[in-house]
This record gives sequence, C-alpha cells and structure tokens, in this order.
Amino acid sequence: MINADFLAALTFSLGHNAAVVVLGCAAFGLSAGLVGSFVLLRGRALIADVAAHATLPGVAAAFIGATLAGVDPRNLWLLMAGGAATAALGSLAVRAAAATGRVREDAAMALVLSSGFGLGVVLMSVVQSLPTGGQAGLAHFILGQAAGMSEAEAQALMILAAIAAGCALVLFNPLRALCFDEAFAASAGLPVRALDLALTALMLLVAVAGLRAVGLILVVALMVIPAVTARLLTERLSVMAPVAALVGAASGWVGASLSAAVPGLPTGAVVTVTACALFLLALFFSPTRGVIAAALGRAVMTWRIARDHALRGAWEELERKGSGADAPFAEAAIAEAWAWSAARMSAVSLALRRAGLWQRAAEPGFLRLTASGVDAARNVVRRHRVWEIYLTRAGGVRAFAAHRGADLIEHTLPPEVEAEVEAWLETADPDTARLAVPPPVEGARA
Amino acid sequence: MTLVDFLQLDLVPMLAAILACVTCGLLGTLLLLTRNSMMGDAISHAVLPGIAAGFWITGTRASLPMVGGAIAAAVVAVALIGLVRRLARLEAGAAMGVVFSGMFALGLLMLVWSGADRVDLDVECVLYGILETLIWPAATGPASLFDPAALAALPSELLLLAGMFAVTVVALLLFWKELRLAAFDPAFGTVIGFDPRPVRALLMLLIAAACVAAFWAVGSILVIAALIGPPAIARLLTERYAAQFLLAALAGGAIAVAGYAVAALIPAALGAAQGFNAAGMIAVMAAVGFALATALSPFRASRRRRAAASRA
Repeated sequence: MINADFLAALTFSLGHNAAVVVLGCAAFGLSAGLVGSFVLLRGRALIADVAAHATLPGVAAAFIGATLAGVDPRNLWLLMAGGAATAALGSLAVRAAAATGRVREDAAMALVLSSGFGLGVVLMSVVQSLPTGGQAGLAHFILGQAAGMSEAEAQALMILAAIAAGCALVLFNPLRALCFDEAFAASAGLPVRALDLALTALMLLVAVAGLRAVGLILVVALMVIPAVTARLLTERLSVMAPVAALVGAASGWVGASLSAAVPGLPTGAVVTVTACALFLLALFFSPTRGVIAAALGRAVMTWRIARDHALRGAWEELERKGSGADAPFAEAAIAEAWAWSAARMSAVSLALRRAGLWQRAAEPGFLRLTASGVDAARNVVRRHRVWEIYLTRAGGVRAFAAHRGADLIEHTLPPEVEAEVEAWLETADPDTARLAVPPPVEGARA
Repeated sequence: MTLVDFLQLDLVPMLAAILACVTCGLLGTLLLLTRNSMMGDAISHAVLPGIAAGFWITGTRASLPMVGGAIAAAVVAVALIGLVRRLARLEAGAAMGVVFSGMFALGLLMLVWSGADRVDLDVECVLYGILETLIWPAATGPASLFDPAALAALPSELLLLAGMFAVTVVALLLFWKELRLAAFDPAFGTVIGFDPRPVRALLMLLIAAACVAAFWAVGSILVIAALIGPPAIARLLTERYAAQFLLAALAGGAIAVAGYAVAALIPAALGAAQGFNAAGMIAVMAAVGFALATALSPFRASRRRRAAASRA
C-alpha cells in the first residue's frame, strides 16, 4: 500500500496535489543546494541556521498584525515577508552582539538563534489566544508540512529555484572569488560588500522559502547537507554547485514523495533524512575522500612503508656481510634492524614473498632477494641515501637528523622531486654520488 | 490566585525552570570559555534520537535509559562531527550543521514511528518543553512542603533536574582546576603533561545529560538559550573565573524566574485567561538580560580603547 503510493508519488501520478507538492519540494531542494554551496564555502552555514530560526517571530508577528488590521492572516506572502524581516534582523543582531567584543560570534549566534525562536514561541502562544482561532497551522512552519502546499506556492518555489540558478550562473566567478579569497576579490576590484549582500539575500530567500516545505529547523539541513555531500565528491566549485543542487533536488523529490505517501510524517524530517542517506553514501564511497578510500589509501601506504623498510633492511644486511646481492640473509636480522615483532615480521615476509620480491633460501629462516627484489631494494636504498646526502650537504642537516628525515619522507617523495635531487647530486658532488649510493636501476622502479 | 493554586500549578514549573537554567548556565560557562558555544546547539539537537530510543525502551519520561540514550547520541554526534571535519576538510560549523540537523530529523521520525508522539512524548514537547504540565496536585497548602506523602507525588522530572544539578556542582568542584586549565590554556596544559581530552569528554557528557534534563523544562531548541545566555551575560560583567560561574548561575536563576513570572504569574495576577509560553519567554529573557548586561558592562571603556587602537 505504502510502496504503491510512494512509487505513484515519485512518478507524479498520486494526484495533482501530490505532484505539485513533490515538484515544489524538489525545486526548493535545488535552490537550497545551489545557494548552500556558496554559503558553506563562505563559512556561513550556522548563520543560515540562525536566520532560519529567526523567521518564527516575524511569521507570528505578521499573523498577529494582520489579524489586528483585519487582513486575512493566512496570506502566505505576508507571513513570509514578516519572516524575512526578522531573519535579516537576526543576522544583524549576531553582528551587533559580536561587536561588543566580549562574546565571540558563535556565542552570539547561539543566543540570537534561541532567543529569536523563543520570541516566536511566545508570539505563537499569543496567536493561540486570538479570536481567529487556533494556531492556524503556524506550527507547520517549524517542522514543515508540504502536504497543504497550493499550486501557487509550488510555482513560487520553482521561480525561486530559477532565480537561484540564474544568480549562481551570472555571479559564479565573483562569488567564487568571494568564497575562496575575500582579500583577492577586493584587490581584483570586485564589489565585495555588494556580493556579500547578494549572497546573504539569496540565503534569506531560501530560508523563508523553506518554511513551507521543510520547516525552519531543518532549512539549514537542506542548505548544508547537499553542499557537503558534493564537497566529498569533488574538488571543483563548478562541479560542486550543480552536484549539490542535484542532491538537494533529489532529496526534496524523494522526501516529499515519502511524506505524501505516509500521512503524518513531518516533511522536513523525511527530506532531511533522505539527504543524510545520500550524504552517508558519499561519506563512505566517495572515490577521493570517502571513508573506504581513506582506509584503502592508508593500507597502501602502510604496505609501501613496510616493503621499503624490509628491502632496505635486506640490502644493508647484505652490505654488512659483504656478500653479493643474491646471497641469502637471515630473516631475524631484518626483524632486529626494524625492531619488528615476530608476528609482524612473518606478515611482512609473506607479503614480500607474494609480491615476488624475495623467496625462501635453502637454509631455514633465511631469505634471498629475487631479481626484481634486487632492483627494488637498490632503488629504495638509493632513494634513501640520495635524500640523506641532499639533506646534509644542501640543507645543512646533521647526519642523524638527515637519516630520520629521509626515513620520514622517502616513501612519499614525488618522482619529479627525486629527479631534481638526482640532478643536483650529479653537479654538486659526482664523486660521493658514485661511492655511497648504489647506482640507479635502468627502467625498473620500486 | 491563591497560595494553593501557586503550589499546585506554578511552584514545580518554576523550580524546574530554575534548576534547568542554573545547571545549564554552569555548564554553558565552560562551553563559552572553550569557544564551543555552537557545540551546545549541536548536542541539544543531536540528543533527540537518543531520547526517543530511551523512551522507546522504557515507555516512561524522565528515566535513566533516556539519559543514557542521550549521552550515547551525543558521543556519536561528536565523533561524526570530527569524522566529517577530517574527511571533507570543513570548518566546524558546517560539519555540525550536517550532523545535528540529520540526527534531529532522525529523532523526529523515530518519535513519529514509535508512536511515542501519541502517548506523552510528542513533537510539541521537543519544541516547547513541558513546563506547563509539571503540576503538583498533591499540594494542599504550605504544610505539603514538609509532608513526605505529598513530596513523593512531585513530578519525577523535577527529581531528575535536581539530580543533574547536584552532579554538575560536584563535577565542577572535583575538576575545578582541570577544567580551568582545559578552558584557558590547553597548550600550557599539554606542556606540563596534562591531557585535556578526558576533561573535555566529561564536559560533553555533562552537557548531553543536562540537555535531557533541561529538555523537559524548556524543550530541545530553547536549551541553547539556557546554555549560552547566562554565561554570555556573566562574561559581560566579570573577568574572574570563579565569579563567572557564580554570575552565570545567578543569571540562569534570574532569567528562569523573570521568564516564568512574565509568562505565567503576571498575566494570572492581572486576571488574564491565558499566559504566554514560559519556555519561550525564558529564552527571550536571556536576550533581554544580555542587552541589559551590555548596557551595564563595566568593560565598555576598554572596548572603546580597543576600537581606537584598531583605527590607529
């Protein structure tokens, strides 16, 4: 039953009303995601939260004022105008409170957010006692109730989405400069204050528009969550903004459909949880910044470091004994050189055997480097010693510190830096280069 | 309004509001001093799924599993905020926005699904608190204050709040020096071999527990006013560590009394049929108190000097 309704709502076939609501919420999600990307990068995520909470007293005051003036208090535009006014006042109040210099901006935000919301709650209890009756659905502005959305309201949300997209397109470059480097934007002659004002205005517009769709508490969710999701997936703003818009629109679409199919679910909560699900997917599976990618990256790094250490240990052991590169050496000697436990040594030993870098020698407990192992070990040792020489000669670092420094950096040295150091070594001290370091291997690289 | 009316209808809500605001004011001082004010916002939203789960398990309000659930939710929230910050390389505010709004939405859905919203933990009480429902029908007169049977009928929310207050005071006295070090100079603390992390974790746990307690009094959003309002007021009036705590506790009590009086007592005394929402009024009083403190602040001269210095 619920499933059928959900699918019908998703495909806009659950009746005209539901289709309007779903489209409206999707349009809102799109604009919130788009504007949210810039708000997020500008570091204003929590100011958006404050502004959204501060709409409540305006909405309630507009309702009371309209009732007293004899105007229809259910006029949505009037209520939204009231909300926008107090939201703007709230943002100003944060600045004023922070300007006292005694409390920081975060405390000012927390104070304005909660007392603005508190004032709204007080005014709502006044509304309740008005003769026009009941809270008149004002409570729906807090958690969102998209179900009652009219066609005109949904159209307004779509127009908002168009405005947000238009602004983002036209102002893309200036806004990018503002978000990433305000000082640069100012020195490049951009009207920083006007841009900041435009971004704030867009943010307020989204906050007020979100009242009907997701409610004031969760407006910030739809501005921040899609933007952060997109941030996990890309490093480029020109990709991030459209991805955030898409994530926002998808959350609005799916969330509103669910809420239309299951009566009683607060729309804002469903839309937010949908956005969170997308966010969690990105958090785990993002190819560049996801949890899994990070764990894999760490595992690869651990393996590379252990392999390099094992190979260098083998090479140095062979050097110490003065035997040839393919002579057998004791596994225990390597474990001792790196202070590895028996378990760790046997794991490393197995991994290097699997990688074909060394194999068991005839004697028990002894290993022998394979041909590719010899090449790899020579490379590793060369990299380490070249870097050591570079640090002592060019950097003036003492020998022991140079050894430590080389240990820390050799595994992550980019090839172009390595080539540069090699070139420096050739010109600076060709004799040392030839004596202390094993010659480079042609072709093969570790 | 007779004395019996006051005892039955207003005494317990007022005591609950005072206990909640004083406890929150003391803990909020630490948030303010460690520059974590918005963390209070984040935790107060994020404990909702824990509260819902605790309610789900026990089916009663004001129970220890609920406090446990809230603490677990707060721990999850803090860990998630750290993870999101690290992976997405975001500033703290954005990471908080993601985590607390997501968890708050989840908590709302849990309330609706579990059917708790039809019993006596509904979405309204999340938003506005339940001060007005904390009545003491067993009171028959001043003698009830000393009557064990009547006292036993006090709402259990009040006992939970009193317990949280006691725990907070004891924790503050026990860890007075450590908290001071963690708040003012964590770098120096590290140098002298003191690890500030356990103290900070303790603070987060206390905040989460206080959020549950205060949740009953003022609701989950207005908790923030109780957490940050009193310390911000105190911060304007003193430069001393101990005085900051005392003033914050005083300011907490003052906004609770003033808020409740303006919302309920004065309208009732004037004969109005209905008062205002008390929780909301307490939050408004926090802002009024802040404005007053700004006007009275003895440190304004130094501010002017600073402004002059920055112009020069």
